Amino acid sequence: MIEIKEVYKSFGALEVLKGINLTVEKGEVLSVIGGSGSGKSTLLTCINGLERINSGKILVDETEVHAKATDLNILRRKIGIVFQQFNAFPHLTVLENVTLAPRKVLGMGKAEAEAIAEKQLSHVGLGDKLSVYPGRLSGGQQQRMSIARALAMSPSYMLFDEVTSALDPQLVGEVLDTLKLLADEGMTMICVTHEMTFARDVSNRVAFFHKGIMAEIAPSQAFFNTPQHPETQAFLSNIR
Amino acid sequence: MFSYTFQWNQALNRLPQMLDGAWVTMQIAVLSMVLGVLFAIMLTGFRLSGNKILSGFATTWIEVARNTPALFQIYMAHFGVASFGLYFSPIASLLIGITFNNAGYLAENFRGALKAIPDTQTRAARSLGMTPIKAFGYVILPQMLRISFLPISNQMVWAVLMTSLGVTVGMNTDLYGVTQDLNALTFRTFELFALAAVIFYVIVKLINFGARLLAARLFRY
Amino acid sequence: MFDTSMTLSDVWFLAQGAWITILVTIISVFFGTILGIGFGVFRYQVGPWWGAPVTFFLDIFRSIPLLIQLVLVNAFLGIVLRLQISGFAVACGVLTFYTAAYCAEIVRGGIEAVPQTTRRAARSLGMTWFQDMRYIVAPLATRVALPSWIGLSLGVMKDSALVYVVQVTELLKSTQILITRLQEPLFLLIIGGLFYFIISFPIARLGGYLEKRWSND
Repeated sequence: MIEIKEVYKSFGALEVLKGINLTVEKGEVLSVIGGSGSGKSTLLTCINGLERINSGKILVDETEVHAKATDLNILRRKIGIVFQQFNAFPHLTVLENVTLAPRKVLGMGKAEAEAIAEKQLSHVGLGDKLSVYPGRLSGGQQQRMSIARALAMSPSYMLFDEVTSALDPQLVGEVLDTLKLLADEGMTMICVTHEMTFARDVSNRVAFFHKGIMAEIAPSQAFFNTPQHPETQAFLSNIR
Repeated sequence: MFSYTFQWNQALNRLPQMLDGAWVTMQIAVLSMVLGVLFAIMLTGFRLSGNKILSGFATTWIEVARNTPALFQIYMAHFGVASFGLYFSPIASLLIGITFNNAGYLAENFRGALKAIPDTQTRAARSLGMTPIKAFGYVILPQMLRISFLPISNQMVWAVLMTSLGVTVGMNTDLYGVTQDLNALTFRTFELFALAAVIFYVIVKLINFGARLLAARLFRY
Repeated sequence: MFDTSMTLSDVWFLAQGAWITILVTIISVFFGTILGIGFGVFRYQVGPWWGAPVTFFLDIFRSIPLLIQLVLVNAFLGIVLRLQISGFAVACGVLTFYTAAYCAEIVRGGIEAVPQTTRRAARSLGMTWFQDMRYIVAPLATRVALPSWIGLSLGVMKDSALVYVVQVTELLKSTQILITRLQEPLFLLIIGGLFYFIISFPIARLGGYLEKRWSND
C-alpha cells in the first residue's frame, strides 16, 4: 500500500505539490491526469525518493520514504519506475540492461539473472532482441525494454511517468498493450498519462491534478462520465 | 649533393639498443596512462563531490597540468620536491611528471564527456536501487570512457612523445636517452636521431592503429 | 623558502629568458598560422587523395617528439649542410612547422563545419570561390576554429620550453641555470612555472568562454 499524507513540495519559490493526500491499495491501477506543471510527475519521483519533500509523509508498505533511517536503495527495489525518456543504458545490450540491476544490486548470479531477464523480455515482446544494443531499437521497443528492466527487480509497485509521451503515435499502442498486460496480471500501478482511453479502460481510479492540488479522484467510469470539479470538466472537454 | 657522408650503418648497428630503449619508452607511456586515467577518474570524482577542499585540489591539479610546460612538471617532480627532502630517481620523476600531466588533461576531458551524458541516466540507475557509486561505475563511467576514447588515445601519443623529456633529469634508458648516449659515443647525430624519429613515428602509428582496432571491438553500440 | 639569495641581475636574467619564450612563441605562431591556413585550405580543396603528401608531411611533426625535430633539423643544417644558422632561427623554423601541422587540422575542421548548403547558397548568389571563402566560410570557420587555435598557441608557448636543446636560453632554461647556481630549485621553479601559468590560464579561460558562447547559438 502506498500512502501519501499532506505532501508539500516546492522547487525554490515554485510550489509544485500543495498538500496531496492519496492512498493506493495493493492491486490497484491508478491513472493520474492533468495539464503540464500540475505536479503529477513530481509526485512519482517523490514516491521513490528521487526527490525530497518539504513536509508531509509518504509511506510505502508502512516504510516512510523520506525518513532518515530509510535505506532508499533497498526501498527502491520494490518500486519500479519508467520515465518518459527511455533511459536505456546505451553501452549495454538489451539483455545486459535488464540483468545489470539484479546482478549488481540484488547480487544475483549471472545465469539466474539472465533467466529472469529473458522471461521479462519475452513478456514485453522483446524475446528476440536480447543481444541487440538499444540504439538499434525503436522508441517503443526501448520503452518496453525499460519496463522489463524495472520488472526484473520483482517490484511490488510500478510507477509510469508519461511513458508514451515521447513516442511516435504509431508506437504508442504497443507500449500501452504492455501496461494493460501488467494491469491484468494484478500489478499495483500508478500511471501518469495523457492517454484518456487507457485511463478509462484499464485503471480502477483516475485522479486529476491541477496546479499542485489533486482536484478530483474517482472510479474511472464515474470520472469520465460525471466529472464533478469544474477544472476536470474543462480539462476533459478540451481533450475531446 | 652533400659534402657530408651519411653513415647509416653506424646507426643501424645500434638498432637493438635503441629498440630496447623504445621498449622502456612504451612501458613508461603505458604505465603513465593507466595511472593517468585512474587519477583523472579520481579528480573527476573530487570535482563532482561538492566538497570544497577536494574540488579545489582537483581544480589546482588540472589547471597546473594544463597551463605549464610538461618539462616544468617533470622538473618539479625531480628538482622541486627535492627541497622537501624527497628524492625521486630520473625514471620515477619522469613517470610522475607525465602521469600528472596525463591526469590533468584527461580529467578536463572527462568533464566535457560527462556533460554529454543525460542526467536521466543516473536517475534511471538510482531508481533501480543502485547506490551513487554503483550508478557511476556501471552506467556513467563506461559511457564517459567511450566518449573520451579518442582524446585518451591522443593523450597516449602525447605520453610517448613526452618520455623524450626524461633526458633532462638524467634518464638514459628510454629511446631518447639511449640515442643521446650513443650520440656521445659516435657523434653520428643526424643518423642516430633520424632513426630514433622513425622508431617514434612507428610507435605512434601503431598506437593509432591499435586504438582504432580496440574501438571497433569495444564499442559495438 | 622566500629567503633567497637571488639578486636583481638574476631577475633580469629570468626576464630575458621570458622575453625569448614570448618572442619564439609569437614568431612561430604567426608564421605557423599563415602556413597552417594555407595547408588546411589546400588540403580541403584538393581532397584527401591529392592532399595525402601534405597530410603525411605535416603528420610527421605531430608524431615525433619536438626535441628530436629540433635536434634533427639543427644537425641537418649544421652538420650536413654546414650552414651557420643561429639556434634561435632553427627554433623558430621548427616551431613554425610544428604550429602549422596542428593549425592545418584546425583549419580543415573549421571549414568542414560550415554547412554545404550555406556555401551553395553563397555560390547561387553569384559569388566566386574566393568571395565565398572570404565572406562566408572564413567568418563561420573562424568561430569554430578560434578556441582550438587559442589552445594551440598556448601549447606552442609551453612546448617552446624545449628549444633549449638548440642552445636557446628561454625561460625554463634560464630558470635551470639559476637553479644550478643558487641551489634554490623550488623557489625558482615556482617563479618560472608561475610565469607560464599567468599567461596561459587567463587566455585558456577566454578560449573556453568563447567556445561555450559560440556553441550555444
